[in-house]
Amino acid sequence: MMLPRQDLIAESARLRAYFETAGASPVESAILQPADALLDLYGEDIRARAYVTADPLRGELMLRPDFTVPVVLDHMAGGADPARYTYSGEVFRKQENDPDRPNEYFQVGFEIFDRETPEAADAEVFALIAGALDGLPLRPATGDVGILTAVIEGLGLSLDRQRALKRHLWRPRRFRALVERFAGRRPDPPQRQALLARVASGIDVLAGAGPAIGLRSPAEIQARVERLVADAQQPFLTAGEVDILDQVTGLKDTAPAALERLHDIAVDMPALSDAVARLSRRLDALSARGIPVDSLPFEASFGRTTLEYYDGFVFGFTAPGRPDLPPVATGGRYDALTRVLGKGRSIPAVGGMIRPEVVLQLRQGAGAWG
Amino acid sequence: MGLKLGVPSKGRLMEKTFDWFAARGVALERARSEREYAGHVTGIDGVDLVLLSASEIPRELAAGRVHLGVTGSDLVRDKLAQWDDQVTEIEPMGFGQADLVIAVPRIWVDVDTVADLDAAAAAFRVEHGFRLRIATKYHRLVREFLRREGVADYQLVDSQGATEGTVKNRTAEAIADITSTGETLRANHLKILADGLIHRSEATLFKSRRADWSGGARETFETLKGRLGAIA
Repeated sequence: MMLPRQDLIAESARLRAYFETAGASPVESAILQPADALLDLYGEDIRARAYVTADPLRGELMLRPDFTVPVVLDHMAGGADPARYTYSGEVFRKQENDPDRPNEYFQVGFEIFDRETPEAADAEVFALIAGALDGLPLRPATGDVGILTAVIEGLGLSLDRQRALKRHLWRPRRFRALVERFAGRRPDPPQRQALLARVASGIDVLAGAGPAIGLRSPAEIQARVERLVADAQQPFLTAGEVDILDQVTGLKDTAPAALERLHDIAVDMPALSDAVARLSRRLDALSARGIPVDSLPFEASFGRTTLEYYDGFVFGFTAPGRPDLPPVATGGRYDALTRVLGKGRSIPAVGGMIRPEVVLQLRQGAGAWG
Repeated sequence: MGLKLGVPSKGRLMEKTFDWFAARGVALERARSEREYAGHVTGIDGVDLVLLSASEIPRELAAGRVHLGVTGSDLVRDKLAQWDDQVTEIEPMGFGQADLVIAVPRIWVDVDTVADLDAAAAAFRVEHGFRLRIATKYHRLVREFLRREGVADYQLVDSQGATEGTVKNRTAEAIADITSTGETLRANHLKILADGLIHRSEATLFKSRRADWSGGARETFETLKGRLGAIA
């Protein structure tokens, strides 16, 4: 459904003014963004989703696929501390798999950079966005990537194995395969077994394997062989540990019930305690902002396939019965992203964005033009 | 308007295509001058021969400028988004077989599977500060395969030819390319990952879903289809 452009601009302006009233400074960002920061962050997938173009002097550029990266880069280059920002404008995404989805759409966002009281900042972003969408028939969803990383850290795995699981939190299939391997339920491939056997019998596996070509040096290869040998000595995850992991990743309930469940699990796995305490403080902060937390849904794996770079609180608002529409709003905490983009510096950050197109479509559907 | 049949304009792929149709009683012939890209069809009425580069045939099918086309199944999948919305596979033709595979230096004794490649890519990124580079010209197929397999920390670099040489030249760490015998890979000190087969390609007769099938084209296609089953 095509919406009149002036309506979209008006709705975007309304949302942005609302965030400004809440204390945010408006920021602008260029539509053409240097591609390297985005490619380094998102990897090859972003090339399939973003419009990439070439400038004869500036190299590869991208039509802005989101605002988070430019806003973070701007802030890290010298923003106030703490800071609250709002932005509005169009983003551009190729839609190869669904020709009905727009390839150019508006986003209006709100971001907080603040070192103190992260749970209060989480609640502030969620409550503001909920307020902006007040009156629309929406279902909120919340999750917490911090709970997932805490359970991985609590499993008694080697650092290498923890890192592998955290890296693939976003790719549930690969994640599952790793868990099965760490639990000894899936044997190593025969090539790995053969390699380990040759190392064990004292053979120099690199000798005679072919000339050393390419940038990946024999030292790097040798280092990974040694890590594989060490990894093969690791004990298997116990059935009880896999069960805890499954319970946590599969947790889906109202927020208070989920919190109680996690409290129980943390008795057996103290490594979860800090993350559970954060969730508890966040629910208190949400409650203090008038969010009815008793009925608020919590899903530990929420956003696991789509929201890479979030590392704490995550949330979304969707319209029930409208699978044709993308979420009206999504957001979350991305402390690690500021470290990646900040070149050594970092600041805790949380934010979210609203899609005004979807807001308007829902209002039209409800027959109530606001 | 006749039915337009797009076939590769040169080399073994063209010869094999001509042979394949000839065995089914449809004679494709090039114009007498070797340099002229024109030809005609005998043995069936209403078919116009269009000689094209095999790599352009997917695009011509998608645009509906040819009704039928012979090209590699790899090219159709790589060049067309949602390829099966745009073209239909009529018949694999039994030649032009080649595998699109991922290959790494043979000295990478620690890397035999796609999972190994992923782990090596993570370590490589930490060590070198950029993503491990995979040279290919099959961007869509390779990207979709690696996404499905859950591989992260890599980047594709474009290589339109001599891809096997990119590792030695240090413009890539690994490659994804087509191979039929593996000879060139071996000569360049590369090995194929055990589960690194991305697509098994074959010359295939495709039908455009976007072409104008009125004005006799559909009837001509039905007649031709009747012939294709019958090898002379």
